[in-house]
Amino acid sequence: MPPPPILEIRNLSCSFGSRTILRDVSLTVSEGETVVLLGRSGSGKTTLLKAVNGLVQPSAGAIHFEGKPSTEWDPIRLRRRMGYVIQDAGLFPHWTVEANVGLVPRLENWAPDKIAERVRFLLDAVGLAPAEFRHRYPRQLSGGQKQRVGIARALAADPPLLLFDEPFGALDPITRFELQRHFLELRNTVRKTALFVTHDVREALMLASRIALLKDGALDLLLPPREFLAARTPEATAFLASLQDRGSSSGSEAIG
Amino acid sequence: MNSQLTAEILSLSWEHLQMVLITIAIAIAVALPGGIVLARRPKARRVALSVASIAQTIPSLALFGFLVPLPFIGGIGPHTAIVALCLYALLPILRNTLLGITGVDQGVRESAVAMGMTERQVLWQVELPLAVPSIVAGLRIATVATIGTATIAAAIGGGGLGVFIFRGISMVDTPTVLAGALPAAMMAVVADEGLEWIERKLSPA
Repeated sequence: MPPPPILEIRNLSCSFGSRTILRDVSLTVSEGETVVLLGRSGSGKTTLLKAVNGLVQPSAGAIHFEGKPSTEWDPIRLRRRMGYVIQDAGLFPHWTVEANVGLVPRLENWAPDKIAERVRFLLDAVGLAPAEFRHRYPRQLSGGQKQRVGIARALAADPPLLLFDEPFGALDPITRFELQRHFLELRNTVRKTALFVTHDVREALMLASRIALLKDGALDLLLPPREFLAARTPEATAFLASLQDRGSSSGSEAIG
Repeated sequence: MNSQLTAEILSLSWEHLQMVLITIAIAIAVALPGGIVLARRPKARRVALSVASIAQTIPSLALFGFLVPLPFIGGIGPHTAIVALCLYALLPILRNTLLGITGVDQGVRESAVAMGMTERQVLWQVELPLAVPSIVAGLRIATVATIGTATIAAAIGGGGLGVFIFRGISMVDTPTVLAGALPAAMMAVVADEGLEWIERKLSPA
């Protein structure tokens, strides 16, 4: 029997004024899988992510999280059960790494020693030596280190679902590759469920259990990476063509 | 310098300082909460800022004159001067509070909300701490300007160091003008330096 879906999106549409951002998108995310929302800029992938944690209100359709419609969730509780990582990490500049990572546990009134222990564990898990980084401020970190802290912060209260909005988009290619590899390792060890937004088809193929391709706000395809490579819709073909171009020009790492 | 003059300088300086402190206290009490409320309301924000800017353009001597005939807030004496000074001190504090709050990085704000902070937590734990340097900078501008403008209060019987200045002008006696102007300038420099120090101390990280 397949694991129960953690997230179920049914016929979701989103409009702002006369602009329709999402059209009738349906999607489920099951426990342990990473669904990658792939699409061009303006395809609605970020809006879909924001609808999931209530930053954006859908105009039609429903979202069920842990079996309960999002309309019945208190938005604050809902968000604290979803980790959230954005492009430049969005760390609080006036807080140390430790305070940043411990945010949600603190909001949830964990005991201070339990928070400190959790922060140590997480910094280790994302590859930052706790003794060295705990007391640093975000401005004393490199882009890759910030993103690692962002991921640790998202994992802090052990949420059942992680949301990633192009988390590695602003990093240099080498750091990005390191973090992608680390993401895979981390996923295998902590077995997290994730919804991951990217416009990078290579990243999608590397990280996804399934790829949801969005085109003009509608779901074009929903396939595991291996089958996605053989997909023949015009949008999928366009993305795969960009992959070949990049592959031949850089001639580097293997795909998938 | 005779001791009578020294005593008068001290007592007028004290009057001056009191006027400034009361003015700044009132201006903070109005502009700081005002800025926090307006930060969430872009339309009302524009209206409030233009009203405050217009108040700023009224020549100070004229404003003191306008207030004198008004009931309750007007009349002769320091309280009328404080009303006028408050009108000038509001804008820098209001504008810098707004700038500080709305200037918080969008990604930081978005993360705060997305991680499950309530609006109140976002305000108190994220926006206000990050806005503090900007707010103190506004306070500094307001304080220095108020120390200077408060010298005009003497024109409507408000007292303060302006008493020397107006007396000196009418007697065409420069030393008497300086007896008012120098302590006022010193007060402004000390306030400026002091608040700049606080601004640096409170800058996050």
